[in-house]
Amino acid sequence: MSEFWDLTIRFFSLADANVRWVVAGSILLGATAGALGSFAYLQRRSLLGDALAHSALPGVGLAFLLVGEKDFMALLIGAAIAGWLGALAVNAITRHSKLKQDAALGIVLTVFFGLGVVVLTHIQKTGAGSQAGLDSFLFGQAAALGERDVILLSIVAVVLLSMVALGFRSFTLLSFDPGFARSIGLPVRVLQFVLTTMIVLAVTIGLQAVGVVLIAALLITPAAAARQWTDKLSTMVILAALFGALSGLLGGWVSFLAPRMPTGPWVVVVISVVFAVSILFAPKRGVISRLRRHLRNRGKVAQEHILKAMFKSGYPERDWSGYQHVSDIDSMWSFSFREMARGLRRLEKRGLLERSDGSYRLTEDGVVEGARVIRRHRLWELYLTRYLELPGDHVHRDADDIEHILTPEMEAQLEELLEHPEYDPHHQEIPRIGREASQ
Amino acid sequence: MGSNPAAPIEVHDLTVAYRKKPVLWDIDFELPEGRLIGLVGPNGAGKSTLIKAIMGLMPLLSGYVRVYGQPLEDRRELVGYVPQRESVDWDFPVDALDVVTMGRYGRMGLFTRPSKEDYEIAMACLDKVGMADYAKRQISQLSGGQQQRVFLARALTQDASIYLMDEPFAGVDAATEKAIIELLKELKSKQKTVLVVHHDLNTAEEYFDWLMLLNMRLVKFGETRDVFTQENLRMTYGGKLHLLSEAAEKVARQ
Repeated sequence: MSEFWDLTIRFFSLADANVRWVVAGSILLGATAGALGSFAYLQRRSLLGDALAHSALPGVGLAFLLVGEKDFMALLIGAAIAGWLGALAVNAITRHSKLKQDAALGIVLTVFFGLGVVVLTHIQKTGAGSQAGLDSFLFGQAAALGERDVILLSIVAVVLLSMVALGFRSFTLLSFDPGFARSIGLPVRVLQFVLTTMIVLAVTIGLQAVGVVLIAALLITPAAAARQWTDKLSTMVILAALFGALSGLLGGWVSFLAPRMPTGPWVVVVISVVFAVSILFAPKRGVISRLRRHLRNRGKVAQEHILKAMFKSGYPERDWSGYQHVSDIDSMWSFSFREMARGLRRLEKRGLLERSDGSYRLTEDGVVEGARVIRRHRLWELYLTRYLELPGDHVHRDADDIEHILTPEMEAQLEELLEHPEYDPHHQEIPRIGREASQ
Repeated sequence: MGSNPAAPIEVHDLTVAYRKKPVLWDIDFELPEGRLIGLVGPNGAGKSTLIKAIMGLMPLLSGYVRVYGQPLEDRRELVGYVPQRESVDWDFPVDALDVVTMGRYGRMGLFTRPSKEDYEIAMACLDKVGMADYAKRQISQLSGGQQQRVFLARALTQDASIYLMDEPFAGVDAATEKAIIELLKELKSKQKTVLVVHHDLNTAEEYFDWLMLLNMRLVKFGETRDVFTQENLRMTYGGKLHLLSEAAEKVARQ
């Protein structure tokens, strides 16, 4: 265990020159992939990154065969060329055959990857001495990054990030509305070519650290996670870059702790945790916030049902002074006793109900509020029968839902449209309580 | 044809194909200046395709397009394009003002930022379509009609002479329909030439000075009162459209 802490401290203190390289490389790589992945994600071309990465493998192997040693630069060039050929192949297949893009991606990905494995196996069989590191291109090994590798990687990453910043506006329009972009004279094909090339390069520099199999996660997942937190593209790109950098960094750390352990899977683990947290906890889009909205809404509906019921029971006589016991109120609707109890408590707090040992009655405000719910219900019923020509016995269910949604403005519009009606389709009076006062 | 170099748009013997299957045959016309022109025809008639072909977004099998006598590429700044609303992902993380400002991108360099003036123009155009209050609203939070108005505002920022609009009235609310009509009138008063893909035969006659009836070929093109006849509509729609009988009745009542 103490070795764990020693190594961790050595890693994060950056005392070690080697560590500094790994950290810098991993962070820059993650940030680049995250930022570029945002555009791939928004163009719905996320899987292209995966196909590109797998396509790069035979390039790595062939470059090694040609050069005869593990020269990072040569391997990068080989990978980039092969990745590009993969992208072209996907393009050619979708354009010239009837296959859709998913099939084209699947075919290209497997064919190239298969070729890559064949080449790598061949290299291993011939036993060229320094091939040992090549299989790290499958699942990545960040700790194996040397100084020269990282310098090269960093240069490419910084160039790519600057290009994202410079071309941000153009890439945004390209991703949002390519047809319009062309109509105003933007060189759409050139831009798309540049963007694809940038993605190829981002994937390529990540091959050593993360590996061909999983590098796509570093493109797709940070973007998908970042999208949950914001509706602003610039914020999304920055967040995706941060998420990518974080997972790159932690992946590098694990690789430093256990150099034999492949880095790619750890990067994926980290970024997946970030993604899970985002999906769950992000405000507005997150699952939990949506669930809370749903519950709050259900609570509101329960409250309005209570108001409605209590208003109705006193309406014929226009006398709401009597107290009603809970058991008299809750029998009609699909709400649990707990939901009813909570609704009653909330209504009391809002000053719409008064309580006297277990029984409730409407306050003056409560009467107005109850009248409003009933009024909306009956106005909607009338609207449906008159304008959609639905028979009277078909409209109650719809009105039960809509009465909770109608805004005061919509209510006013309905009143106007229906010429301030007095009765609903069932000849029940549409209450005006609370309206006379405001008119 | 082809004799009038001043025509805002001249389409000469245009044939367009999707995957080698021609969808538009030998289209030939010149748009008159300063008119509201409705482009009408049944589903699959190639209305959107024609607009896209004019905008250079589709490969042409034959023919050419001229804008005031010049190739489109030289006069793009004169043509504003409003694509179909469904053609983009409205969940895209940008706000209304961002989208409208995109209309100015054609005038900037690829790498420059929009200036203060660009944003002011964008805001003014949003205001013109009654959407100034929604400038900072994320576009997925807008109703269909509001999204359509954002698209129109984006085209307005180009201050073009010619506007091509692909189904701006499709699926919009009454307020938006009214706003679009007002806008069309204003464009006309400024002598702009506007070609609008339109689905609703009942209103086509009312909205447009000129009509272009299209069904894979150009059936008729001319002033509305000459073109909007039962015979021409039947030729355009064949026997398949029930709206035809309604519209035909209307024609008969005249």
